[in-house]
Amino acid sequence: MLAPDAHPLLPADLIACHECDLLQREPALAPGETARCTRCGALLARNPPDSIDRSLALACTAAVLYLIANLYPLVGLEMQGRRVEVTLAGALHILWHDGMGPVAALVGVTALLFPVLELLMILAVLVPLRLGRASPRLAPFFRLVRSVQPWGMVEVFLLGMLVSLVKLSHLATVILGTAFWAMAALIVVLTLAGRAFDPRLIWQTPEQASTPAPTATP
Amino acid sequence: MTHRPALTARQAGLLSCHICGQLARPPATGGHALRCPRCNAPLHLRKPASLATTWALVLAAAILFVPANLLPMMTTASLLGTQHDTIMSGVIFLWQSGSWPLAAVVFFASVMVPLLKIMALVYLAASAQRRSRRQPLQRTRLYRLVEFVGRWSMLDIYVITILVALVQFQGLATIQAGPAAVAFGAVVVLTMFAAMSFDPRLIWDPIADASPSEPPHD
Repeated sequence: MLAPDAHPLLPADLIACHECDLLQREPALAPGETARCTRCGALLARNPPDSIDRSLALACTAAVLYLIANLYPLVGLEMQGRRVEVTLAGALHILWHDGMGPVAALVGVTALLFPVLELLMILAVLVPLRLGRASPRLAPFFRLVRSVQPWGMVEVFLLGMLVSLVKLSHLATVILGTAFWAMAALIVVLTLAGRAFDPRLIWQTPEQASTPAPTATP
Repeated sequence: MTHRPALTARQAGLLSCHICGQLARPPATGGHALRCPRCNAPLHLRKPASLATTWALVLAAAILFVPANLLPMMTTASLLGTQHDTIMSGVIFLWQSGSWPLAAVVFFASVMVPLLKIMALVYLAASAQRRSRRQPLQRTRLYRLVEFVGRWSMLDIYVITILVALVQFQGLATIQAGPAAVAFGAVVVLTMFAAMSFDPRLIWDPIADASPSEPPHD
């Protein structure tokens, strides 16, 4: 399936905007700067300072928070002396047995599975990079991160929890569990980790940085 | 804005990888199933069958939007009797119980966002199909907004999950999810896929074809 003729053949700093296809040169970015498309304003590249160390630290933090968020009860309810507490997995279990299989699957995938998948893939890319082993073999992991990213919706889930708790607050006493706060922190840390990571690091293999891309015959 | 000749990757005969941004020239022999020379992702000039896929998904979402709003989202059984709630009656309940900021959030996320998203995608797909050259920048911004805001429609699905899981006080009050939850979840997923299958570069292609040296009029 690999097409050997599809060589890179142009200056390494030539890029096409992924939203309007305009060819332009990628400017050299100082740490903290971003490059935007000159025609449509799409974000083309960022140069977050200290990218690998910061995003690795944040990703490890996120992993710990993710464990807490899933092992401890999220929210609880107290009503006439009876107390109910649920974890995320417990909520999915109830929904599933309530005949709402598709909805339970959707929630499980977006709030439980894809966030952890995203986290694992980020770590799978970052750890070898930190150890100085940048290689194109990391590409499949990164591709997975990119395709999974839009479907991880922890922040929407947290807002959904708040709405449902407000709905219930007139009915019973609402208890915010440990996992609730872990999840709130997880959202912040995940966002920061995403911002700290520079995807260009994956493609900057040593040989590519030193020699210009070969010119191929069309 | 500098009015220099705008050359797109397509005009230069180049494919840009949607994962890593690498530019590559397709082999002269033609051939299908090209792969990115750097990250091995499948290479396409444009997302394959972009408009047809977008139309199909938007149409399916528009059809499902009707039962999602008409059927009950949840059924509350309590000492006071059984009550069926649609999305709208849930919003009205929040409004009347005094939490109008949350009522506004839920109304926006569950009713306005899916509706506006379907309308925006119809407009984007229709204008791209007519090869319209009007206001490409505004349409690109609209596309970005649709992509960004879409995930927040999942809110109601999560609200239902938590409500069903928590309110399980047998004999006092129980909440069950209704058929609208499945339809609504499908609307959210379908519109997200529709936004992903739409290729924003199709907005800019007619401009490049018409006058490669003139800037777009917007």
